[in-house]
Amino acid sequence: MDNQTIDQIIDKHQSAPSSLIQILLEIQSKNHWLPKEALVRVGNKLNVPLSQIQHITTFYKSFSLVPKGRHEVHVCMGTACHVRGAQRVLDTVQDQLGIKPGETDVDLKFSLETVNCLGCCALGPVMVVDGEYHGNIVPAQLEDVLKTYE
Amino acid sequence: MPRINSAAELEVARTDIISSRDPNKPCITLCSGSACQATHCKKVAAALDLELEKQGLTDQVYLRKTGCHGFCEQGPIAVIYPEGICYLRVKAEDIPEIVSETLMQKKVVERLVYVDPTTGERAVHEDDIPFYKNQERLVLGLNTKIDPKSLEDYLAVGGYQALSKVLFTMTPESVIGEVKAASLRGRGGGGFPAGIKWEACRNAVGSPKYVIVNCDEGDPGAYMDRSLMEGNPFSVLEGLLIGAYAIGANEGYIYVRQEYPLAVENVTRAIQKAEEYGLLGKDILGSGYDFTVKVHMGAGAFVCGEETALIASLEGRVGEPKARPPYPAVRGLWGKPTNINNVETWANIPLVINKGAAAFTSIGTEGSKGTKIFSLVGKVNNTGLVEVPMGVSLRDIVYKIGGGIPGGKKFKAVQTGGPAGGCMPEALLDMPVDFDQLTRAGSMMGSGGMIVLDDATCMVDFARYFLGFLADESCGKCVPCREGVKQMLKILTRITEGKGKPGDIDLLEELAEVAGSSALCALGKGAPNPVLSTMRHFRDEYEAHINEGRCPALSCKELIAYYIDPAKCKACMTCGKQCPAMAIEGGKGLIHVVDQDKCTKCGSCFEVCPVRFGAVTKISGVPVPASLPPEARAIVREKKS
Repeated sequence: MDNQTIDQIIDKHQSAPSSLIQILLEIQSKNHWLPKEALVRVGNKLNVPLSQIQHITTFYKSFSLVPKGRHEVHVCMGTACHVRGAQRVLDTVQDQLGIKPGETDVDLKFSLETVNCLGCCALGPVMVVDGEYHGNIVPAQLEDVLKTYE
Repeated sequence: MPRINSAAELEVARTDIISSRDPNKPCITLCSGSACQATHCKKVAAALDLELEKQGLTDQVYLRKTGCHGFCEQGPIAVIYPEGICYLRVKAEDIPEIVSETLMQKKVVERLVYVDPTTGERAVHEDDIPFYKNQERLVLGLNTKIDPKSLEDYLAVGGYQALSKVLFTMTPESVIGEVKAASLRGRGGGGFPAGIKWEACRNAVGSPKYVIVNCDEGDPGAYMDRSLMEGNPFSVLEGLLIGAYAIGANEGYIYVRQEYPLAVENVTRAIQKAEEYGLLGKDILGSGYDFTVKVHMGAGAFVCGEETALIASLEGRVGEPKARPPYPAVRGLWGKPTNINNVETWANIPLVINKGAAAFTSIGTEGSKGTKIFSLVGKVNNTGLVEVPMGVSLRDIVYKIGGGIPGGKKFKAVQTGGPAGGCMPEALLDMPVDFDQLTRAGSMMGSGGMIVLDDATCMVDFARYFLGFLADESCGKCVPCREGVKQMLKILTRITEGKGKPGDIDLLEELAEVAGSSALCALGKGAPNPVLSTMRHFRDEYEAHINEGRCPALSCKELIAYYIDPAKCKACMTCGKQCPAMAIEGGKGLIHVVDQDKCTKCGSCFEVCPVRFGAVTKISGVPVPASLPPEARAIVREKKS
């Protein structure tokens, strides 16, 4: 991510330290993760110590300090999905991809995350890959679904 | 549309909008909320746009893309007015028929209407469907009538009447008096009377004062705030403005979870629209009152739903709660008096002002007035958002509205109040649902999540699930929560793995008492609830896990085994083909056996075994029977003559 884009985002929020989280969210949304150089630049521009930025980026779940894979797999672990067998779905996805939630595979193909509720409980259990919803999913279907992503 | 500068101009604008619309012109509304986006409502909408254009009907039909209608189980939903014909699970392929048959010729497309799964009765109109018929949708109902992008739509259904009444005919004190008289209790979890909170903030010394909308809806399985914010952001803004006027604030914030992009988009647009109309900003409606509002996104922290943590997050810091008092009403955002209410509470305010406290309090129970929106999810036939008067029984919600338990399973419990809530077993089904009754039953209202459980849910695992959630979301500031929750989780995990020890139940109770009485905020204080409540009503399940190594619900992986009954297996190979672990031995004509060492217990074989055979079973607490010798496993099929 280039410095110009980062500066534009910071300027949009009038460089206010209180906007720190909003600025980081925007960088995360554009770049899919937060490189260290970006954090240093934000810290310098806003006059906020890097330790405080680290505190924030590790506290809030939306931020990632490592690069993400080409495909982002989200398995919903909300209560409604839980009682409909989400754990078995997650276990099977882990087996298939060989990674745990929060991890990315070595080829940077898949990243796996769990989410606490996607709010489409009628479809539970739900897995979302790159924004595409796979509802009422059962472990036996997972291999075929994941195969379709290159 | 020009800026509106007075109460009279507002009414003129409203009349103009209504009179410019032909009530007999066909109107099709399409549910476009987040839940329906998951069922491809965008494709349906695109097909509708295309079809209307193709048939040259764009000018002859009103098309309204609304927010969530609530009946998520059957989405996407299309309703055709003025007849009110309701179509469920609409697909893009259905659109040409809906346009040519229903919109043009008023004929009903039978396959898209609701058919009651038990009685077989059909219901063409929304109001005849049991899911809707048994609700009282005073707040959520507007979602089906307006396009959240259109302030005109909101004005046409009476929007901003309450604001106009407040600004021109009421003093701030009388507004607070009305909200107090309405006994409106906070819908976000605490149930604290909104009017008293407002008064405390108004009387607090310091300026400026702030008002905040809490849309950091974090309880898994609850999405009513999202649906209001997406579907009717104007009512939230109107409520917020009224509160700001009463409290004496000129600045407000809307704190929305970053996970709710459509809510952020719709409320941001609603703010712009309201500013254009002079319903936000300087000199609102020419009254001399100024109010501005900003949208702030959360960054993924459950604890930020707690008001002091939310304020810290708004200030750009990590969302750690603070000890109260001082309450935010005295010292809140930037150290100034601040009033925070939840989305649903704010959305109730225009209703209170328009109808008056007397009408508002005519609905509900002694201690809980008005209606409440619940998100009814889990093992229930009709998943969706349900708005009912306070005091309706759990049985009515689960059976009359929810349509009961799917798959012929048995009802086990309803869980309310979010991760820190509790469970109500079958014996409490006739309990009227309100703030106080739920607390008395060992649960709480919370934000209105209602998760239905059937007999396949293990209550120990269910408690473990919530403690896992809370341990993960604990901010780590205070020891009782950070360590106590973690230790309770360890014990529960041990029990679900079959490694429970005598004395675990007592230890859990002791830890629960300490965390519950000494944690800093509601997250830690409420964390023991799932444990205590499941132990209170389902102690036998804890004992079965610990003493017998048995999971009565046949759910805990470490305590169950999948077993193929040789007497029932027809050696059809269906399970063998589906097993992702290649753990099923056998072939054509050879009875299948699960290799217990290879089995990952994903349950695929159990799900795919044809119902007419029912050969795959789950067993718990007993050893897996030895498999038959290979020669006894051959099936000799009789040749068809």
